[in-house]
Amino acid sequence: MSLYHGIFKRDMQIAFKQKAELVQPLMFLLMVVTLFPLGVSPSPDTLQRIGPGVIWIAAILSSLMAMERLFRDDFQDGSLEQYILSGMALPAVSAVKVAAHWLVSFVPLLLLSPLLAVFLNLTVDMYIALVLTLLLGTPLLSLIGAIAVGLTVGLQKGGVLLALLLIPVFIPLLIFATSAVDSAALQLPYHAQLAIIAAMLLLATALAPFAIAYSLKVSQN
Amino acid sequence: MLEACGLTCSKRDRTLFEGLSLVVNTGELLYLRGPNGAGKTSLLRILTGLSAPDAGTVLHNGRDISVDKSGYYRDLFYLGHKSGTNGSLSALDNLSFWLAQHKVSVDVNVLYDVLEKVGLVGLEDIPVRYLSAGQQRRVALSRLWLKPAKVWILDEPFTALDVKGVHMLESSMKDHVAKGGLIVTTSHQPLSETAGKHCVFDLEYRF
Repeated sequence: MSLYHGIFKRDMQIAFKQKAELVQPLMFLLMVVTLFPLGVSPSPDTLQRIGPGVIWIAAILSSLMAMERLFRDDFQDGSLEQYILSGMALPAVSAVKVAAHWLVSFVPLLLLSPLLAVFLNLTVDMYIALVLTLLLGTPLLSLIGAIAVGLTVGLQKGGVLLALLLIPVFIPLLIFATSAVDSAALQLPYHAQLAIIAAMLLLATALAPFAIAYSLKVSQN
Repeated sequence: MLEACGLTCSKRDRTLFEGLSLVVNTGELLYLRGPNGAGKTSLLRILTGLSAPDAGTVLHNGRDISVDKSGYYRDLFYLGHKSGTNGSLSALDNLSFWLAQHKVSVDVNVLYDVLEKVGLVGLEDIPVRYLSAGQQRRVALSRLWLKPAKVWILDEPFTALDVKGVHMLESSMKDHVAKGGLIVTTSHQPLSETAGKHCVFDLEYRF
């Protein structure tokens, strides 16, 4: 157990030494969200209507920027080889790394979300729904994204391919998440949407670590 | 004993080697030779189990390494082209993490002794990225003296090392073999006398 704790600690340590890479996706997200009122219309009604979608799309796009960091360095400097040769359970290693990655790349986003909600004139109900969907949805982004990162880590310029692979997969999540916030705007219950996102998250939590481990092994070949 | 039976490996429609068999007994150093692109690294990676051969098996003490992975990995030290050290972390952090990962418990004093041996004392707190290529190589190599592994598989271990470093590594290779260890290594420079007796295995470039 302490072994996996060690990986977690190491990943956090590295993340905080590469602050620029941590801040970049967040700045991107903030800029996209602030550009919308300028580009579309500053009218509060319009912003409220498009707000949830804008935040979620910006979150998905900025997550793609941060995603590559997950295994890129470990692959390039050979740490991944040493992980495999240490005889540790690779699915568990992947799960720990994804958890650390989620903490450093999505928790700041969650902390930033009240500000985004004010920017886009979301009501309190909408904001609560947004945070709930982000809480359930962003771990899903990390887990599914990590599979694709594992597959593309050995390729040069895998970034574009990563986006092509992942964006279609994230569409269902985007639909359910924004529909939950829309329901909240109309004072309707949105448990169903949350339940579906939670179900996707549980399925991904159970299966993704094995898929990530397999994709990392394949990229060693 | 490390045994390869009928290994075949092809990369991008080119067969690197076909039906390759070799045996390395304990107390032997196998020096793998061949031109660039002959498949030395591919062969070493197959011997470690990192890549799978297209055909054939690798046996360690008579057991297939793809079956008994954890047993083999306990006994294995592999150093590839990539050093396996993170540039943002210091040599000390990198080494202690690696040791924990490989379930080797080493006293801090021993760790410092090894760092002194490879000439990194005073540099152990600097992020590895800021060290020279040779010093980075020394960080990676210092694991050799920390993990009690019987099987050493070293891919171009002398890259970027200075004369003294090469000498130190060669003499520890000799010691390791004398103590009943087993080494498979590649290098473009011929091994000197210091490395002791060794068998040579030539890989040819195939079209």
